[in-house]
Formats: sequence, C-alpha cells, structure tokens
Amino acid sequence: MEILYFTEQPMSAYPVEEGRKFGATALMFSNRHFDPVAGSRLYNEYIEQYRLAEAVGFDGIMLNEHHNAPFCMQAKCNIFAAILAAITERVRIVLLGNPLPLAENPVRLAEELAMVDMISKGRLVSGFVRGGGQEQLATGVNPAYNRERFEEAHDLIVRTWTEFGPFRWEGAHYQQRVVNPWALPLQKPHPRIWIPGVISRETVVWAARHRYPYIALNTTVEQTQRIWKLYDDTAAEVGFEGGPPYHGYLKQVHVAETEEKAIENARQFMWMQGEFTGLAHPVWSTPSGYSSPENRRGFVEFSVGRGGNPRRRPPFEEQLASNMIIAGTPRTVIAKLRQVMEQTRPGIMAMWANDGAVSHRDSMTCIRLFGQEVLPAMREIARELDLKSPFEAATPVSLAFSADLAPKAPAAAAE
Amino acid sequence: MAGAVEWRKSLVEVAGVRVALSRAGSGPPLLLLHRDTGTLERLPFHDALAERFDVLIPRHPGYGSEAQRADWMRSVRDLAVVHRWLLSALGIERCAGLLGLGFGGWVAAEMATMAPRDLDRLVLVGPMGIRPPGEDHILDQALLSYIDYARAGFHDQARFDAIYGADPSTDQLVEWDICRETSFRIAWKPYMYSQTLPHLLGAVRAPALVVWGAEDRVVPPSAAERWMAGLRGARLEMLPECGHCVEMERPSELARLVAGFVAG
Repeated sequence: MEILYFTEQPMSAYPVEEGRKFGATALMFSNRHFDPVAGSRLYNEYIEQYRLAEAVGFDGIMLNEHHNAPFCMQAKCNIFAAILAAITERVRIVLLGNPLPLAENPVRLAEELAMVDMISKGRLVSGFVRGGGQEQLATGVNPAYNRERFEEAHDLIVRTWTEFGPFRWEGAHYQQRVVNPWALPLQKPHPRIWIPGVISRETVVWAARHRYPYIALNTTVEQTQRIWKLYDDTAAEVGFEGGPPYHGYLKQVHVAETEEKAIENARQFMWMQGEFTGLAHPVWSTPSGYSSPENRRGFVEFSVGRGGNPRRRPPFEEQLASNMIIAGTPRTVIAKLRQVMEQTRPGIMAMWANDGAVSHRDSMTCIRLFGQEVLPAMREIARELDLKSPFEAATPVSLAFSADLAPKAPAAAAE
Repeated sequence: MAGAVEWRKSLVEVAGVRVALSRAGSGPPLLLLHRDTGTLERLPFHDALAERFDVLIPRHPGYGSEAQRADWMRSVRDLAVVHRWLLSALGIERCAGLLGLGFGGWVAAEMATMAPRDLDRLVLVGPMGIRPPGEDHILDQALLSYIDYARAGFHDQARFDAIYGADPSTDQLVEWDICRETSFRIAWKPYMYSQTLPHLLGAVRAPALVVWGAEDRVVPPSAAERWMAGLRGARLEMLPECGHCVEMERPSELARLVAGFVAG
C-alpha cells in the first residue's frame, strides 16, 4: 500500500463570520479578508509538517490547488512540488493534481513537471484534474470546453513526455508551432498519472480506459464501492484487471493523544461550513457547460434552491458514525481504518489529516502519531488484505504502455 | 388579435445543423433574431409584427432544447453567417427588415456589415456586441442565477411575472442553462462583445434604428453612443421606464416603431 499525507493548506486565519455573511467562500468572497502575514506563517508551517511527514514514514505527500478561496492556499501545486523536490529526499510528490483546462499552454506544464521529476530524482506522480467550476471563472477559462481541454491537454503533455521533438500540435483548443522542450522527465516512459475525482462518471471511465489509478476524493464507502465497480468493469472491457493497485482513496483522518482532543480537532473538517470545498455559490460552482448534460436538471434546481446541494455533507456526528471522518487515538483510528480498508480495498490511501484551525502543534502531533503507530498498523493490514500499490504490483504506467491486454466484450447492459 | 396568427414551424438544414424556424404573416420579409435567453414560442410582439410582415424567427443553433447545437461554432460572427446561409436556403434575396433583440442585435449588426446591399432596414434593440464606455459593462450571466439574470432584463418585474411566472418552471431554467452554455461557447471572452465590430460598422448601408430601454440593466444605455458613432445616420429611440427586454415590456410600442421604420 502507498500511504500519502495530505492537507488542503487551509487559510485558517480568515474571518469565518465574514464568509457566512457573504454567503459563499469562493470566487467573489473578497481577498481583503486574506492576511499575508498569517499566510506567510501558515505556508512555512505546512513546509515543516511535510518534512515531518517524510521523517515519520509516509510514502508520499499529496498536493493540490484551488483558486480564490480560503479553503486551500495552494494557488499552484507545482510551486510546492518544486519546494518538496528540493527539501525532501524520499517521499513521492503526488500532485492531485494540475487542473489541465486552466492551462493555456500545456507544454509549459509538461516542462514544469519534468523539472520537478528531475530535481526530485524521479519522485513525481503527476495527477490531472478538471478544476472546480469556480476555478474556471477565477481564471477566465471557458467552462463549456472544460472536458475537451482536459483531454486534449493530457494528450499533448503525454506526447511531449514520450516523443522527441520538435513536433507540431494542431488541436481544437491548443495549437503549438514547435513542441520541443529541453526538459524531459527522468522517469520512463513517463511519470505515473493518477486521476482524482468525486462525482463525474465520465472521469472514472476515462481513467480506466487509460489504465490510470483513480483516486476517490473523500467519498462515502458506498460511493467508493460504486466507483470501483465502474472502474473495474471498464478495465475488463479494455483488457486489464482492476483492483487495489488502481484504487486510491482520500479520507479525513485525524489522530491525537486523547479521544476528546481528536474529536475536537476533527470538527475542523467541517470548518468550511460543512461543505466539501467551502461554502459554494450554486451558480459559480457549476457554470453552464461544466458538468455533464445528464446532471443539468439537478444543478439548475440546486441553483435556485429547489433541489438539495449535491456537495452538502451530513452533520459531523453522522460522518463520524459512517467513517466518513475518522478521529481518535491511534488505537481507535486503526480499528476504523481496518473497517474502511476491508470494505473498499484501496492500494493507495491519502490521509487528509489536518484541516481548518487545527494548531501547528496538534498537526505535528498528529503526523508523529501516524508515523509511530498508525502507518505500521496500516501496512500490516494492507499485507493481510493483499492491498498492493501500483509500485508494489509494478503495473504499467498506462494502457498505451501495456503489453498484457486481453480485452473483453462490453457487458450487454453497458451504455 | 391573439390566436389569429398562424405560425408555421419547420427545420432548415444549414451548416450541418437543422435550424428551427417559426414563420407567420405576409408582406415583405422581416428576420427577427432572438435574445441570449432564447425565445418563447409565442409573444404578442411576434403576432403584431406578423400583421405587417412575413416574419421569420429562427432559433439560434444551441439556444434551447429544440435548437440543435452546432458544435463547431466558435463566434457570434459564425452565427451571423449561419443566418445568412438560412436566408439564402429559403430563397430570400432581400430582407425588408433585420431586427435583433439584445444578443440578437449583435448577430444582426454582424450580418448587416457583411453584405450591405441586401438589406433595407436594420433595427437593433439594446444590442450586445460593443463594449460600453468607461467602467460600464454588459451584465455577466456567468456570475448570476438564471432567474436573476432573466429578471434583470425587466424594469417592470410584474411584466416578468406575467410572462415567465413569478417562479419560473424548472423546464424554463433548463432552457436558460442550455442557452447560457451556447453563449459561453461562442461569446465567453471577451464576454458578449467584439473588439472588431466597431471598426466594421461603417460598412452598413441600410438605415438603422437603435432602440434602447432607458432603464436597461443588461446592456448599459451608455453603449448607445458607440453604436451611434459607428452606424452612419442611425436614429436612436430611448424609451423611458423600460428595461432590456423592450419587446416584452412594450410590445405594441416597439411593434409600431419597427413597422413605421421598416415599411416607411
């Protein structure tokens, strides 16, 4: 099993009341509420936490990015990737990921990622995402072409990494006169690509068709099982066996020295008014054309308050009871993680360990306890359940680089 | 005379899509180009025009569940060419009147710059397509809910309630979402205006009437000065106590203005 440390890098010093008063904590929530002094302190605390995560034995550090929101301070995950490439020695640098449609020049991304891979001596895992709805608005990128841009940017980056230049790219959304960057990834045929996601069925199918591991972001056990079923069915169609090396799972898990302390800190997982990525404005979070046409009706109903919020989370106690949030002493947490690992069988697990206003000190304690007690127990459970990571299973990096395919006819019920 | 006018619906193959067309009345041909929020099937304004003209109301491709989208389309100028193609497919050599409402006004202006001599009269009602002066900007629906955006088109909210209902149906919201998606596809950046159109307006030969609701909150009336500077000899009618959707707030007054200008 591959175990990652993750934090959203929350901008915890923002005035929560102001967000509630404004009614949304993204896009148009004014950056007058951003405090660069606190920002500077927090960035440096996060760096210290990452160093400790490596020292105590995490296999990797997961990074991500968001824009215009206190939810996440990383405006560009490649910046932290570059920092980690230089200051760490062993951990994998797992980007989940770069929002491809936001890139006006994917070749530039390919260059940056190649630099990170070389500087880190081959420790990069390069995930790609579509970016949230409000991210499209924050960066001025057309939401109606989000998926097309995602797929085309991906194709261009992989070609840039695997085919010598110079070559020309004439796509629908990207045209490049000369593709020939003098920075190529150290890992061959190219760094591993993992695809994180939450609700889009298309993304699960797309990941499986490329043989990329899919990382379920903070989904329920039942949602996760449905995602794996879809992934593995698609995998069988294209000719490989899915299973743990292709299944990643991000979970909110906080460890402390006492149960009370752990529960108190875990309440911070609700710090964004109980929503996943902050108090969302229904229109900004789903611009027209961004989501699949089959979700159109649900989103327009939500946008005028007629339907439920598809991103709303249940109350804290309910999430604790259903293992959506796991918190406690190492002993408690290990028992609950065992349940989740048995139920979902992932080969990759990301521990979203600290959020909101959890203090630097408590965050460091949490990371230390993970290393001392939780990680060894998780590895033992993973061995017992045969939950192999893509590295342990030595899976090919993609379908295109697979030599073992045996496609099956699609099931009659498939669309 | 509601109910007396018979609207005929057809599909016309243009540029790889079937364009949905409503047509009624007799007289000289008048092409009506609808808003970015689509168009309702029947409006008193449409019927009033049909008393004087052979009225053609095509759906812009991609503007509503009944309007097949042209996936290749990338600009409003593309849409203008599609409507020119539609006219020639219908065998209409000259248009007595080309009437564009809001976003449709932008499309109409683009069409009028392209083949200046096949058009007798151009009428633009609160047209999008040109950046208003100073800090004014065209209201950006990307940041607004469907209902808030549609309501912003009305100075008199009671008129909105009467036409769409005080609480528009979910079916209507879906229609607006489809329209919005197509607007994003072809007019995302810069949003709802062209940087080149002001330089081309001088090509228009048809006399033009520009009508504006003085209380337009979607396209600021300050934009009118840019249109008047570009369209030689154009006439401006500023309607007090009226918002962006003039045809729904003042149907008979607008129909009279159009009939007087186009037929006369």
